[in-house]
Amino acid sequence: MGDAASTGRPPTSLRVVSAGPQTTVQDCGRPGYAHLGVPRSGALDEPALRLANRLVGNPEDAAGLECLLGGVVLEAEASTGVAVTGAFAPVRVEGRLLPWGVAVGVPRGGRVEIGAPTQGLRVYVAVDGGIDVPPVLGSRSTDVLSGTGPAPLADGDRLPVGAGRGAPSDAEAAPVPVRRELRLRLGPRDDWFTSASLAGLEQATYTVSGDSNRVGLRLDGAGLERARDGELPSEGLVLGSVQVPPSGQLVVFLADHPTTGGYPVVGVVEPEDLAACAQLRPGDAVRLRLLR
Amino acid sequence: MTVRRAGRDALLVDCAGLEEATALHAEVRRRGLAVRDLVPAAATVLLDGLADPAGTAEQIGAWRLEAVETPPGRLVELPTTYDGPDLGAVADQWGLTEEDVVELHLATEFRVAFCGFAPGFAYCTGLPEDRTVARRSDPRASVPAGSVGLAGPWTAVYPTASPGGWQLIGRTEVRLWDAGSEQPALLPPGTRVRFVRG
Repeated sequence: MGDAASTGRPPTSLRVVSAGPQTTVQDCGRPGYAHLGVPRSGALDEPALRLANRLVGNPEDAAGLECLLGGVVLEAEASTGVAVTGAFAPVRVEGRLLPWGVAVGVPRGGRVEIGAPTQGLRVYVAVDGGIDVPPVLGSRSTDVLSGTGPAPLADGDRLPVGAGRGAPSDAEAAPVPVRRELRLRLGPRDDWFTSASLAGLEQATYTVSGDSNRVGLRLDGAGLERARDGELPSEGLVLGSVQVPPSGQLVVFLADHPTTGGYPVVGVVEPEDLAACAQLRPGDAVRLRLLR
Repeated sequence: MTVRRAGRDALLVDCAGLEEATALHAEVRRRGLAVRDLVPAAATVLLDGLADPAGTAEQIGAWRLEAVETPPGRLVELPTTYDGPDLGAVADQWGLTEEDVVELHLATEFRVAFCGFAPGFAYCTGLPEDRTVARRSDPRASVPAGSVGLAGPWTAVYPTASPGGWQLIGRTEVRLWDAGSEQPALLPPGTRVRFVRG
């Protein structure tokens, strides 16, 4: 980078040529409002967003884009820097294929094209300066459950980008394979299920259901046998809670989860395994490992 | 109270009922415990984002809640028009006339026990114990914002339009949710609520 660049870049914008199946603005969410019924939201694969931000030289919690299944084309209105992480997808800048996990400059009018992922599900794009839509309750994240935050991107949108540093990192990162085993810390309501069916959790193989979304990762497979009847009054839910509704299909609650729920939570997925929950694809096989 | 772990850094405390949950919620706030999210509910309190959940669990186990007095919350009056489509169904369930239902609702001072379901959706308690209401067997695909509804022992006002199965008895023009505000919810937990004729 030359001297001009090191003085920073003025605010600019990105034009959304193609928004893909579902692209949303995400940062690290809006924790602290659960008591008012507001989901935490934020990037489902938070480490991927943080990495992309580090690569372009942003604060790690700056807002970027979460692109479900890629299919996104962006055009820079002024020269800027971008980094793409998360799911492994072909990324082209001005037609040139990029290696995964590097920061690159995009000239004025240049296009960033993100293809369909070959591994994983969600691609993250950081832009030098961060996506600068107005924050709502301290976050720029789109929460698809309650509709808080900006609407998902549509073709033709113009996304404001904050003043950049123009000083990307020269670091490179490598994609990590998506974990196929989720560590589950039992409780708070494991006592609602028979010990035999809890033991069976570790033996079973689950399949990621196609109706998974930012609210929850739905897992088809062996259900759990209840040790008691009755209903549970609604209670607070944490990120990663695995709820067992009467259908028996397990739901791992992700960032846009409801703040309370009335079905028993058998266990909670360890925080480090939530990134995998963001990247598992419908049809993928998953196993659970219990932490007691 | 039973203190349960909910993942690596959260505790879910089982309480005997709403009264104990309310007292525990007040006590956590009074002591200024460092939590990222503190979520009271009908018979539980969730403490999320704890640095030392095991230590906090021990601490809570030693608390005496009997002495705790719930501080009186702010009073909010909601001018309401009682012309909801389910007023007749509620009157039938209670064996009262529609006007009696309205009078009972107007005479009650409610208190927000907790929020959930949607941003700013406040579960208000205060009706006599025998005045519970069965939900609609056929939930509506869309309930307009401002609708005043009853379900189980609760009264609530829909802050935004959403699907819903509560029995609707009226509506208010008051705005309950403003995401652009520092205090986005008009009715956070602890608020006292009175419905008045609008």
